[in-house]
Amino acid sequence: MAEFNLPQNSRLVEGKAWPKPAGASKLTEFKIYRWNPDDTENPRTDTYFVDREDCGPMVLDALIWIKSKIDPTLTFRRSCREGICGSCAMNMDGKNGLACTTGIDECGGTGKNSGRVAIYPLPHMPVIKDLVPDLTRFYAQHASIEPWLKTTSPAPEKEWAQEKGDREKLDGLYECILCACCSTSCPSYWWNGDRYLGPAALLQAYRWLIDSRDEATGERLDNLEDPFRLYRCHTIMNCANACPKGLNPAKAIAEVKKMMVTRQV
Amino acid sequence: MAEVKPAARPLSPHLQIYRWSWTMAMSVIHRATGCALYAGTVLIAAWLVAAASGPAAFETAQWIAGSILGRLVLFGYSFALLHHMVGGLRHFVWDLGYGYEPETRMNLAKYSVFVSGGLTLLVWIVVLATR
Repeated sequence: MAEFNLPQNSRLVEGKAWPKPAGASKLTEFKIYRWNPDDTENPRTDTYFVDREDCGPMVLDALIWIKSKIDPTLTFRRSCREGICGSCAMNMDGKNGLACTTGIDECGGTGKNSGRVAIYPLPHMPVIKDLVPDLTRFYAQHASIEPWLKTTSPAPEKEWAQEKGDREKLDGLYECILCACCSTSCPSYWWNGDRYLGPAALLQAYRWLIDSRDEATGERLDNLEDPFRLYRCHTIMNCANACPKGLNPAKAIAEVKKMMVTRQV
Repeated sequence: MAEVKPAARPLSPHLQIYRWSWTMAMSVIHRATGCALYAGTVLIAAWLVAAASGPAAFETAQWIAGSILGRLVLFGYSFALLHHMVGGLRHFVWDLGYGYEPETRMNLAKYSVFVSGGLTLLVWIVVLATR
């Protein structure tokens, strides 16, 4: 049974309100999730004000600005700052995305967060510190679908050839950067993440299932034929709505389900 | 070296902070109406049992169904039935592999409320006009 409430040690408390920077003409308020593994306190939300005249346009710019100018203890992952490494995936303004490709002005804020940018780690994940979630299980699930070419035919002298049309079938799949925005946006993954593979791993499973060069299709489908691993997808569509690369894991999962049926007829 | 016991990692907030979308909300309502139909089907069965038991029992069942509370329950049941049916058709389209484009998937979810709500009202207008 799904547990909708947060465990006792995970409930949020109101944190520190950091002073506004002096002499700033345009300020934006940020409410950011904080948790420190070195004390025994519950997670809290700190409030910061960012001087927009002195800061770049993206949420990641604001996080780096806060870390440099206000609070050096604020912890988050980042690397490429151009949407290809997937490190800065987090929940901004109620939706998962990459901090480096999400504009501060895109985060309008609704309800009690109106006019401010609320930032949390990727949802329903164990937190290592502040905005850094533990992705160990997520990566293990990706490994479990064996994301590599599997063949039984003798290897060709050069590369494994592929027709243009067959190569095009991989478009919209190979671009996945494994940022975990989709899987951690999925309520099914929240409630059954220990048994359901989640949208990211299943999109990758489909990427190998429809690869014309791969010769392990039956074996791959057998591995997914399970009430939880594949069929916990209930087409809630949060995955497709969240993907910062504009991919559609929900559709990929539907195609896998179709393959399950068509191989039996 | 003294053993350092790290604090248990908290679980990041999920339902508490995720922004609702039409597809997410309709998924929840599809499940809720599905659960409601279990209860509603028991009531239908009870009504049929009453009808089979004789005129007195049927009279009582009709009186309960016709009371204000009875009509409210019937209205809720008819909405649950129609919403679940429309939701079922939506999922059928998706399971065939269609309707996944960003705008289409949102509209499919959004309009299923209006379509099922409209059908419910239509049923009640017809029922009340022809009784």
